[in-house]
Amino acid sequence: MPVVMDADRVGRSIARIAHEILERNRGVGDLAFIGIRARGVPIAQRLAAHVKQIAGVEVPTGALDITLYRDDLTGHPVGPQPVVRRTEIPFSLDGRHILLVDDVLYTGRTIRAALDALIDFGRPSAIQLVVLVDRGHRELPIRADYVGKNVPTSRQESVQVRLQELDGRDEVTVDPVEGGER
Amino acid sequence: MTTAATSLRSRHLLGIAGLEPDEIQLVLDTALAMKEIGTRAIKKVPTLRGRTVVNLFFEPSTRTRLSFELAEKRLSADTLGVTTSGSSVSKGETLLDTARTLEAMAPDVIVMRHESSGAPHHLSRVCKASIVNAGDGMHEHPTQALLDAFTIHERKGRLAGLRVSIIGDLVHSRVLRSNALLLTRMGAIVTAAGPATLLPYGLDRLGVQVKTSIDEAVDGADVVMMLRVQNERMRGLFLPSVREYFTVFGLTPERLSRAAPDAIVMHPGPMNRGVEIDSAVADGPWSVILDQVANGVAVRMAVLYLLAGNEE
Repeated sequence: MPVVMDADRVGRSIARIAHEILERNRGVGDLAFIGIRARGVPIAQRLAAHVKQIAGVEVPTGALDITLYRDDLTGHPVGPQPVVRRTEIPFSLDGRHILLVDDVLYTGRTIRAALDALIDFGRPSAIQLVVLVDRGHRELPIRADYVGKNVPTSRQESVQVRLQELDGRDEVTVDPVEGGER
Repeated sequence: MTTAATSLRSRHLLGIAGLEPDEIQLVLDTALAMKEIGTRAIKKVPTLRGRTVVNLFFEPSTRTRLSFELAEKRLSADTLGVTTSGSSVSKGETLLDTARTLEAMAPDVIVMRHESSGAPHHLSRVCKASIVNAGDGMHEHPTQALLDAFTIHERKGRLAGLRVSIIGDLVHSRVLRSNALLLTRMGAIVTAAGPATLLPYGLDRLGVQVKTSIDEAVDGADVVMMLRVQNERMRGLFLPSVREYFTVFGLTPERLSRAAPDAIVMHPGPMNRGVEIDSAVADGPWSVILDQVANGVAVRMAVLYLLAGNEE
């Protein structure tokens, strides 16, 4: 179970991305973080905390569940149907610059679903993508604007992101599991 | 939360009788996510795009039919409505023939209400579509019980240990049966009360306490659920008069004062004001009757979504 990012590396990556976001977006007034459930949410919250620390601005943060927008509702005869969780976006997206946050970027299908979902909530002025790990193997024309670490993988491997808030520790591992991550 | 189920075990929802507690919990948890969709500017998600749902209603229904229709539309399913009047059913077609005709149009789900108990069970054995029971005779009305449980949980934060009193026309009530099954399964303490002429056989087997006085039933209750006096099913002489019924079994503010201080009042609708419930109660601060209607859509969305994952 090779560790590709330890707790220190995860923490520094998130801090660096927060700096990059501030660097590239002059005026943080219209920014908002939207984390994709489950592990995009704590990453989004950490980014918001860093931005507050650095720039002294409170950036609104929401949580998005993309289950109802997936393209594989009945496409997986084995394996459980995903459980629907609450979407919590307590602010308007109209005219906002959205930073969409997820843990792993793989096929791009989750992001496709998330973009559909976001558009249903309003008309953001722009959407950028933040991921902790980009493992390649895209099936759609989607790329990340901010990447914690590029991790070359094979499709047979499984990338596991663990976060303090949900799993008790920060860590990214690549496991040689048949079938790989979704 | 119980050991979490992530899907329903059957591809039909015929009654609460076939649901385990973890499946009930899954429906309630999923409904919570569905409820949020109703608060958005665009109240629609693409989940059931391209699926066809037939609403087959052999009995008059307004809120259940509209609630299912809205739930289907919010999930982007295509919906067809069949009601008894103005369809081939009124020309004497049998249930089986109606079902086979519909089946030939390849629907994914059939939502069905019928005056005969067990009609949806019968259909589930001959149809490829998922069958959702929207009320069968005097038997079950599972989505009503699920939305009632969702509403109770929303207000009380739990189901286990709550004292729930279900009062009224018990013998004709599929709402009672489904609610009694669900609430006892989830650990609530259920009391049923009604006139002796409207008590069904075997009520104790549902795990509920039976009372024949409304005051005894309301005493200390956390939830008071009133049932409609079903005049259309009164083929015998069950009640001397509705005036007398109100005097003896109507829920008035005075009677309600015996319940727990933060008790809520529920009614599956449609209400007979001045028969089983006083207007002052129905419109009072205890009443969650309109929450029940709103929650019905979210719960039915949850059921449709969960069944869609079980299609063959």
